[in-house]
Amino acid sequence: MNIIVAMKQVPDLQQVRIRNREPVIEGVPYTLGIIDKNALEAGIQLKEATGSNLIVVSAGNEEVEETIKEALAAGADEAYLVLDDKLDGMESSLTASLLAATIKKIEEVGLVIFGEGSGDNYSGQVGSRVAEILDLPQVGYVSKIELDGTTAKITRSLEDCEELLEVQLPMVVTVLGDINEPRIPSVSQILKAGRKPKEILELDDLDIEIPKDKKISTLSNLAPETDRKRVAVKSVSDLITALQAEGFVGR
Amino acid sequence: MAGILIYSEKSKLALELLTAARLIAKDNGLDVKVLCINSDEQAEEMVARGAETYHIKGQIIELADTAAVASALQEAVGKLDTSIVLLSSNRRGKELAGRLAQKLDAGCLSDVTSLQVKGGKVQCSRNALGGATISVQQIETDRQVIALAPRSFEPASPQDGGSLKEMAILVGASNIKVLESRSKAGDVVDIEAAEILVVVGQGMEQADMLLAESIARSLGGEIACSKPIATDKKWLPEDRIVGLSGKKCKPQLAIILGVSGQVQFNVGIRDANTIVAINNDENAYILQMADYAMVADLKVILPELSKTLG
Repeated sequence: MNIIVAMKQVPDLQQVRIRNREPVIEGVPYTLGIIDKNALEAGIQLKEATGSNLIVVSAGNEEVEETIKEALAAGADEAYLVLDDKLDGMESSLTASLLAATIKKIEEVGLVIFGEGSGDNYSGQVGSRVAEILDLPQVGYVSKIELDGTTAKITRSLEDCEELLEVQLPMVVTVLGDINEPRIPSVSQILKAGRKPKEILELDDLDIEIPKDKKISTLSNLAPETDRKRVAVKSVSDLITALQAEGFVGR
Repeated sequence: MAGILIYSEKSKLALELLTAARLIAKDNGLDVKVLCINSDEQAEEMVARGAETYHIKGQIIELADTAAVASALQEAVGKLDTSIVLLSSNRRGKELAGRLAQKLDAGCLSDVTSLQVKGGKVQCSRNALGGATISVQQIETDRQVIALAPRSFEPASPQDGGSLKEMAILVGASNIKVLESRSKAGDVVDIEAAEILVVVGQGMEQADMLLAESIARSLGGEIACSKPIATDKKWLPEDRIVGLSGKKCKPQLAIILGVSGQVQFNVGIRDANTIVAINNDENAYILQMADYAMVADLKVILPELSKTLG
C-alpha cells in the first residue's frame, strides 16, 4: 500500500517583514508548511508500523524540488512533484486539481494525509477538495490514526468533542498540529535524500485543464493598522493606576 | 443570483450566519434560506428569528461524514436555487466548505472575519501569511462558499415572518462509521468569551503560574497561554492557546506575560481592547503592540502585582 503525504512549500513566515504595511516576501527562503511536517511525521509512523511505501506529493515553482528534500530526508521514500514557475501563488482550487491528478497516477493508494491548514494561507480547503475530486471519504482535524488492513480507525478532534471513526480505505485525512512531534532528519539522512527517487511532472503530464480565470481575487493584503497607546510603564503602582483609569481595577 | 443558503450544525453559529446573510441580502436583494439537518430545536429557533427554514428530517445523514453533508448541501443549493452558501468556520464547517466548494465548482474563502458588499460583490476579510496581514478577497465564480469565523457577527434577534418546510434529499451509503463520540473532558472555560485574560508565555517560569492565576482571579479573568506552554510544556490544556492555530480572543483587557509576540500568537489577541505587556526583553515585539508596556523581570513583578491586586 502507498501512503501519500501532500505538502506545500511556503515562505518562511518568521522571515517575512512588513514595510509600510506591505509584506516583503522577496528574498524570503522557502520551507515546508509547519502542519505539513506533522502530516509527514504521521505518514512516517504509519509506514514504519505497516511496512507501507511513503510518497510525498507537492506542486509549485521549481524551488519545490529543493525544498522537498527535507521530507525525503525525514523518511519519505519518493516524491511526485508538479513543477512550474507559473504555479507561484496559485489558489487552493488549482492546487487541489494538480495534487488530485498527481495522486491518480499512483497505484494502490491507501491513505492521503494533509496538514489541516497550510503554513501561509491556512484556508484548509485543499484536503477536502482533493477528497471530493478523488471521490474518497475524508476525516479532518485528526489526532490519531490506526491502520488495520482495509480500514482505518481515526480520531477526529472537534472544539467540544472527539469522535472515534471507522473508515473504509482509501481515504483522505487532515491532521492537527499536535498529533505528533516531527522528527528532525540526521546529517546522513539529509545527504542520502538527494538520491531518493523523484518523479517530476509538468503541467502537460497531468490530465487536467488549467482554468483561465481565477476563482478568487485579492483586493488588498496589508498588515493591520495598530492603534495602541504604547505607554511605557515603569512600576507596578503605575500599572495599577493605569488599570484603575481604564476601569479594570476597583470597579 | 437567487439566494443565500446558510448552514451550521451549531445553532449558535447558525444565528451568526443569519445576521451575516441578511447583511449581504440587504445590499444584493437576495433571499436568505436556512438549512437544518435533523434538529427540530435548531429549526424552531431559526423560524423564531424570522428565517425561511428548510429541515431535512428523519433521513440518516451522519454529520461525521463530510462527504454526505456536502452532498446534502449540494442538493439543497440546487433545489433552493441559491448561489451563495454561508457556513461557519469552526472545524466541521471549514472541513465541509472545501468539499462543498469542489462539488459546486465554487470559489471558497474560510475564516472570514468581516465582509462588506461593494458593487454586488461580497468582499471578505481574512488573515493571511500566518496572520501577519489581513487580506481582502472576493470570489469571482457565480457560486460562492464563504465560511465565517465564529463570533464575527452578532446572533440574529427574534423577528416575525419565519417559515418552516421539510425537505427530502437523496442519501447514499456512507463509508464512515461512528464508533464513539465523547465530549472533551474537564476544562469548560471558554477563553474566547472572557472579558479579561492573563496570557502566559515562555518567558515565565512554571513556579510563577500560581501567581499568574491569582492575578487572573483578582481581576475576574481567565488564564490563557501561547502555544508552547500547552503543547510543549503542558502547563495548561490546549483549549487555552491563543493564536493562529488556537483561539482568537477579543477581551476587554489582556495582560500578556513573557510572550515575545510572534505573528502566529498576535493574531489571536490583537483584537483585545486594551493590551498590557510585561517582558524582560525590551526588544520583544509584543511591547510594540501594547497600550501599556513594561520592561521588567517577571520574577520580581508578579509577586508584587499579585499582592497589590489580591
